[in-house]
Amino acid sequence: MSRVPGLPLPDAQFESLAFWTGGERGELLIHRCGECGLWLHPPKPVCRRCMSRAVTPQPVSGEGTVYSYTVNRQQWMPDMEVPYVLAVVELAEDPGLRLTTRLTGVDPSDVRIGLPVRVVFEQVEEIWLPLFTPHSKTSEEEAR
Amino acid sequence: MKPAKDAVISGIGQSDVGRRLGRSPLSLTVDAALEAIGDAGLRPSDIDGVSTWPGAFAATPGFSGVGVWDIKDALGLELNWFSGGMESSGQLGSVINAVAAVKAGLADHVLCFRTLWESTAQTADRRASVVGGGGSRVGGAHEWLVPFGAVSAANWCGIITQRHFHEYGTTREQLGALAVNTRANAALNPKAVFRDPLTEEQYLGARMISDPLCLFDCDIPVDGSTAVIVSRADAAPGLRRPPLRIAAHSSALHGRPYWDQYEDLTSMSGADAARQLWRHTDLTPADIDVAGIYDGFTILTVVWLEALGICGRGEAGPFLEGGKRIARDGQLPLNTGGGQLSAGRLHGYGHLHEVCLQLRGDAEARQVPNTPEVGVVAAGGGDLGGALLLTRT
Repeated sequence: MSRVPGLPLPDAQFESLAFWTGGERGELLIHRCGECGLWLHPPKPVCRRCMSRAVTPQPVSGEGTVYSYTVNRQQWMPDMEVPYVLAVVELAEDPGLRLTTRLTGVDPSDVRIGLPVRVVFEQVEEIWLPLFTPHSKTSEEEAR
Repeated sequence: MKPAKDAVISGIGQSDVGRRLGRSPLSLTVDAALEAIGDAGLRPSDIDGVSTWPGAFAATPGFSGVGVWDIKDALGLELNWFSGGMESSGQLGSVINAVAAVKAGLADHVLCFRTLWESTAQTADRRASVVGGGGSRVGGAHEWLVPFGAVSAANWCGIITQRHFHEYGTTREQLGALAVNTRANAALNPKAVFRDPLTEEQYLGARMISDPLCLFDCDIPVDGSTAVIVSRADAAPGLRRPPLRIAAHSSALHGRPYWDQYEDLTSMSGADAARQLWRHTDLTPADIDVAGIYDGFTILTVVWLEALGICGRGEAGPFLEGGKRIARDGQLPLNTGGGQLSAGRLHGYGHLHEVCLQLRGDAEARQVPNTPEVGVVAAGGGDLGGALLLTRT
């Protein structure tokens, strides 16, 4: 299942705009401090560690692992198709850099903590939702 | 010798609590407020402060609907201080704000209340407690959850639960002990909405809501209002009942204020409030005689138990196992009125009301043995949390 019908879209503007629209170019954009390198999600215009204002959205690999998850089985709204898998994904760039997302292309019973996943984008109007799907490295990638 | 501006709880009150009462939220609030004011031996004209959470804010139907202005006008109050609004340390933040106001000398008697009418709102075919049901764009902290389908606190708590299971081996049976215990307590509480016995088998067989949380891990939307009066100790010579001393209170927030961003996702922001609570008292977790701990979802009680130091990190599961320690005659009588899981979702104020009853010895059939002297109340989940330590004076 890809869409969850009837869900509101994000109020994408200011700091959050890059995150929600980077998918148009196939990029998952996460704010990062240009001074100390801290990744900031949800995005902020200042680094909470060093107070630098040199914070800009940077593309990440889009790879990560499932830090935790839940299979939502309750139909909260009319037309909502259940079940679907919600996950907190820890991105490969940094331990502790986490975001909540929905998993796609996976049977709920196959999800586990530590599962390698990769971003895929789903466009709804002008928003590109970064969803994640299980990712097995190809032999070519393993060789690198 | 108490400081002149010590804060006490001088009165408590509660409206009818139930499913689909079909009454206005303000009507319920008036019932609770007048009962609390009368219980304290005060008159409405003595009340010079009002504090509530989340105010008239109503992002989801039934979540509130009554603000400071509503009750001020209904009761003709003359207020020297008031406070409402969503951004505080959770449901008990309103009480904690009142304590601060009393200690600062801004008010003598503060009416604190929390009102819900989610059950009635749901019968009007509107889903309460689900964010984004209205279909408009969503911003703020919800922007990072709702567009993916994480629309309910059940989802956010399910994620925390799964991680707790993963790190510490916590089990559904251990969570179930909470649900079974509150149901046993609810059987003795005439106001509790679900009073039939619940067995572990029924718990384990219940339909799942958001794995690994099942129906009985989730609290019950109800209609009801609860009120307490926070008074300046030396401004209350004519009180009807011995007041309860607020021995410590905390609304600390150190970690990142999101459901999914607390550094260790088996914990939450309430852990900061719990840690700070003990810095304001000589009492220790071992002194707690009765506890009212938030159970909007079972995992929140688990996290609070660990945060409060009632058991070690990751040890709440074994602590709960079998349910004997948390029974009314156990080491830590917990949610003795039935909690939100069985008595109904009164958003922490129900726990506060029940702990006050227990400390006064007024809990009737469900009174714990040897009238307790020290009670803890903790409310909130995820990005908010506040805690109170109450003692008999």
